[in-house]
Parts: sequence; structure tokens; C-alpha cells
Amino acid sequence: MWSLSNIAANIDLWLNEQVGATWAVVLEMVIAGVAVIGLFATLGLVLVIMERKVSAWMQIRLGPNRVGPKGMFQSLADTLKLLVKEGMTPGGADKLLFNVAPFVAMIVAMLLLAPLAFAKDFQLWDLNIGVLYISAVSSISVISILMAGWASNNKYSLLGAMRSGAQIVSYELSAGLAVLAIVVLTGSLRISDIIQAQENGWWLFKGHIPAIIAFIIFIIAVTAETNRAPFDMAEAESELTAGFHTEYSGMKFALFFLAEYANVFIVCAIGATLFLGGWMPFHIGNWTAFNGVMDWIPSSIWFFGKTFALIFLIMWFRWTFPRLRIDQLLNLEWKYLLPISMFNLLLVTLIAIMGWHF
Amino acid sequence: MFEEVGTTTEGDLIINMGPQHPATHGVLHLVVTLNGETIKNVEPHLGYIHRSIEKMCESLTYRQFIYVTSRMDYLSAHINNHACAMCVEKGLQLEVPPRAQVIRVLMDELTRIASHELWWGAMAMDLGAFTPFFHAFRERESINDIMEETCGARLTMNYMVPGGVMHDLHPNFQRRVKDFLQLYKSKVHEYDEMVTGNVIFQNRMKGVGIISAEDAISYGCTGPVARGSGVSCDVRKHYPYEIYDKLQFDEILETGCDSFARYMVRVREMNQSISIIEQLIDNIPEGDFQAKTKAVLKLPKGEFYSKAETARGELGVYIVSEGGTTPYRIKFRSPGFSNLSILNRMAKGGKIGDLIAAMGTLDLVIPDIDR
Repeated sequence: MWSLSNIAANIDLWLNEQVGATWAVVLEMVIAGVAVIGLFATLGLVLVIMERKVSAWMQIRLGPNRVGPKGMFQSLADTLKLLVKEGMTPGGADKLLFNVAPFVAMIVAMLLLAPLAFAKDFQLWDLNIGVLYISAVSSISVISILMAGWASNNKYSLLGAMRSGAQIVSYELSAGLAVLAIVVLTGSLRISDIIQAQENGWWLFKGHIPAIIAFIIFIIAVTAETNRAPFDMAEAESELTAGFHTEYSGMKFALFFLAEYANVFIVCAIGATLFLGGWMPFHIGNWTAFNGVMDWIPSSIWFFGKTFALIFLIMWFRWTFPRLRIDQLLNLEWKYLLPISMFNLLLVTLIAIMGWHF
Repeated sequence: MFEEVGTTTEGDLIINMGPQHPATHGVLHLVVTLNGETIKNVEPHLGYIHRSIEKMCESLTYRQFIYVTSRMDYLSAHINNHACAMCVEKGLQLEVPPRAQVIRVLMDELTRIASHELWWGAMAMDLGAFTPFFHAFRERESINDIMEETCGARLTMNYMVPGGVMHDLHPNFQRRVKDFLQLYKSKVHEYDEMVTGNVIFQNRMKGVGIISAEDAISYGCTGPVARGSGVSCDVRKHYPYEIYDKLQFDEILETGCDSFARYMVRVREMNQSISIIEQLIDNIPEGDFQAKTKAVLKLPKGEFYSKAETARGELGVYIVSEGGTTPYRIKFRSPGFSNLSILNRMAKGGKIGDLIAAMGTLDLVIPDIDR
């Protein structure tokens, strides 16, 4: 059947025939790198137009509708504009940190694409500590925000960066504990093992109520971690104009923007992988015919479908909820989410030990 | 009464919020002294949009100066014009025909709804929710269409003239207003679902931006800001003008004293305005829409004062006449200026987010403050 893994296998076969094993590996690395950069850019464009269309739909307006069919090329036009804009560095800014910060944000987002399984047997790097790797790398993103906020020589940026620092460090805990719940159920940190364990049912359904609680906490925590409304304290346009990227313009701003959307995609992809079975089709017990139909849908469609459903959920939050205040934000984490997720982890452990899950 | 301003200590962060800032809704400049996220002091700086309207009015005739006042509180243009027209009528001892009175009240209440709609959207936007703004504009737009048909303008209407209104209602007026009432009633539940009932919204608004009743009186707050602290101050009730004393409506009072109380006052006030419009829309008396006046108006020597309830509070118009065709001196008592003065007291000790929420509930229109 047509699938991404078949294409990858064919390319591998063809390269091995043409240039020999060693060069094939080198070329495959290059291809993979280019593919990641291409995916990164495409995701940015797709998610920006998706967000604008979703928000327009919620706000009873049309949204972009001039460039291309139904305005679908609007984000391409915007990218072109941002590319030719002058990237200003404000006076008194720390030039090195100021210019490096957007790249750090982007590199973090790109690194996080590595362990994701986009389709059946289609994964860049199936390392044995995949979940740990994701948690570790994603926490670097706060450094880029702190760098940007500090180096901008702007008080709004500084406030935004400090808020963001407090926020990301706090919510990393709940997100980590929610992810641990699935790790405990699976007994492995490897992404492919986690997906394989959901072959006959996704963890959201198999793990009883604790898995649902973990999923809800995960969604709240990653919304906060990606600085999206209602937790967009770092940007908070009505309070801090644009927060940490107030002083950024042109392509440097666009990189932050891209990284934000790539991060949204990545956290949703992780959520889909851990709780909704990644590329695994939806199966119901022994309904063989139904399961057969589900299997017929390509695995990449399952993965992207689940991911985009979660992305839509996060966009829905953004366009309907007001923003929390900074102290309420931290209270929510330290007084509610963290104790609940700790207790939840104990429950999950109990379930895993007793083998109560399906 | 006023706390000393400008005292800073080591480690304080001074931020110039504005004159261009998304939350100040215009060119208000706040010098905010922060200790971390906590607000130590807020000092509003005014004058960025000062057009010396009072001085301009002194060189315009009694017919002309009313048009300038549309540009003060542009969201209550009708009511500004109304207050000025009433003051001139007081000087001329002019009786306004009943039809004109009803038209004036209808326009005032439509303006009040439009103004509160805009405030409601902007309030939600201050708190980070963008969608309500567009929903509020959907209803506000149909009010603007009604205004456009009858007055020819959507924002600065210039419809009220001494002695009545400038011209008669558009034939479509009644039908359009009824359509609007229907639209509003079918959509008003969205307001509660989207904003009022939202947990995050309530947590952001309750218990912050406290104005005690004493403070509200001593700082001269009027309108929904004072009524949110339980101070009864509705000019329409206490000093009824036109036909307000014959209408059935309640003065909305909330005793919460916080941002949420002021929010609820405005939301409930919209419903009262709707009920006033419902009472009047089928009962517009026939007759003249304007009293007969001389071509050149001359006020007798003396001082005249009239006031009206705008969407933001009490607007006072004070005219000193030397007997000529132009006023000797005009003074406007604008609600926004007094309401702004309490900002420092409300916001002190809160977080930046509280300052934005508190400022939102004051419903500031900067040209009204600066004039």
C-alpha cells in the first residue's frame, strides 16, 4: 500500500544501488535535514493560514481572501514581505544575544521534530529515551525567550521574558508528570514502543479516568508552555504590547513566529502520539469490518488528523478565552495542576502495577 | 487626599504605557512605577489630543458650537449634542416639541447601547479575548446603520440642534430599530456565555480595582463607575430631562465596588436602554421635530448649566453669556476626566493585568478627557 515508509524505503534502495552504502547514509542525512527544514517552513505557513481562518470563522468575518484561492497563499505573501523587511537591532541592545535568540527558538523546534513518528515506520530518530529527549529539549526554548527579552533593552520585553520564564519552568512540571503517566502505562520511553502499545486501543480510552485527567492536564500545560492564550503572558498584547518580541522585526520576528507555530504542532503531535495512538488507526474491539476500513486509511493521515484536531482545540482556546493574570497562572499550576498530576501519577502507577488497564 | 506621586526607590521599574499602547484606547500616557509585576504608582499624563474645544466654542455661534462637541466623547456624540442643545434652550427658554423630545431620547439610548457594546468588546480585548469584540461590533453596526440613515453620519452625528432635532426621522427608522431589537435579543445570550459566565473572566474581574463609595464620591466619579460602587447618580433619574420622568426604567446599582460590579452595571444598563426604546418606538408622537427659532440665536446675559447622562457618566455644560451671539465662556464637565483621576487609587498594589482590567472598566474615551 502507498505510504510514507514505502517511499522512504524506495529512496533508500535506489540510493544504495546508485552510490553505495556509505554515501547513501550521508545523502539520506542531507535529505532528512532538508525534509525537516521543509516541513518546518510548510508547517509555519499552513498553521498561520489555519489560525487566521479559524479565528475569522469564530469572529464572524471572512479572514484573508485575496491572495490565491480563498486566500490560501496569504501566508506565502506575508513571508515574502517579512523576508525583504529590514531586521532592525535597537540601540543599546546586546547585538549577539539579540540576533541569536530567534535561531535558538527555531533550532529547539527543529530538534523536537526528530523523535516524532509521522507515519508507520517513518521516524527520523527512534531513540530509546524519546520522551525524556522531548522534555529536555523543549525546556531549552525558554532560554531563547529570556535571551530575546534581556537583549532587547526594552522594559516590556524584559517583563515578558521574566513572565515566560516563570511560566514555562512551572508548567514543564505538569506536562512532564502527565507524560510520565503514559510512560508508566507503557513501560518504555521509546516513542515507537508507546505507539505499539496502543495497537488495540488508545491510552486515552485504555487508561481509565487517570489517563483522561493526564490528557487534560497535558493540554493545559502545553498550551501554557507554548505561550498560547489563555496563557500568553509572555506576549500579552494588551499589557506588554508584544512582550519578548516587541523589538523584533522582519525575518527575525518571523522566526519567532514560525517557532511558535512549530511548537504548537510539536506539542500537539506529542499529545496525539502519547494519548491518541500516534499513527495507529482507531479500532473498536472485535468489529473486524470496521477495523479493516480504519486500517485502509493511511497512517500518516491518522497522525496528521489527530494532530490537527488537537491544534484546532488549542486555537479554539485562544480565540475564546480571556487571559489569566500572572499570579492566577502560577496558582493554577502550583496549587491545582501539580498536586492533581502527582496524585494522578500515583493512581496510574497503581493501575499499571495491578494491570487494571485494558 | 491625593497620594504623593513620583516617589521611587531603588529597583523600581518605570514604564511609559502609552501614548501608543494597545490598552490605553487612544493617546493616554500612563507613567507606571512597578515593583516586579506589582504596581506602585500610576500617573496619567494628558494633553496628547487636546484641541481646546472649549476655546473654539467661544468663537462659534450657539448653533455652530454644538457640532464641535460631537468630537469630545465621540461614542456619545448624540448625548453631548443633547446636553449642549438643552443648555442653549434653557437660555432661550425654548419649549421642545414632544416629537423632538422622543426622538432625542431614542437617539440617546441607541447611542448608549452602541457605546456600551464597544466598551464590552474592548473590555474583553483588554483581558486578552479577541472574539467578543467582533460579536459586539455586529450589533453596534446595525445601530450605526440606523444612525446613518437618519443623521447622515455614523459617529459624529450632529443631529441635535437648539429647539429639537435637525430633520425628521427616516421613514425606515421604526422598522430598522425593531429589527435591531430583535437582533439584540437573539444574540444577547452570547454575551453571557462568552464573557460574563467565563471563569477566567470572573476571576480577573472580581475583587480587583476596588472603588469604595466614599472614594467614588470624593473623586467625582459618575456614571457606571460610581453606580458600580452603589452610588446613585443617574442624571436621568435625579434630574430628569426631556421625557425621562415619564418612562419606566431602573437605575442600575451594584454594590460590588470592584471591576466586575462596573462590568455588570453596563451590561444591565444595555437592557434598560433596550426597554426604554421598546416603550418609545411605537409611541413617537406626530408633530414638529423642531421648535421655531430665530435665525440668529442670542442668549440673554447670564449663566446657564445643564447636564445629561452620557454612556460614561454625567456631562455638564456650563455657558456664560454676555448677551451676544457667541458664548463668553464654555466649560464642559466631562465624566471621563473625573473617572480617570481614580485610576491610581484603584490600580495601586495590583498587578499589571489588574491595571488594564481596571482601566477597561473606567471606559475611558481620551478625547473626552482632553477635549
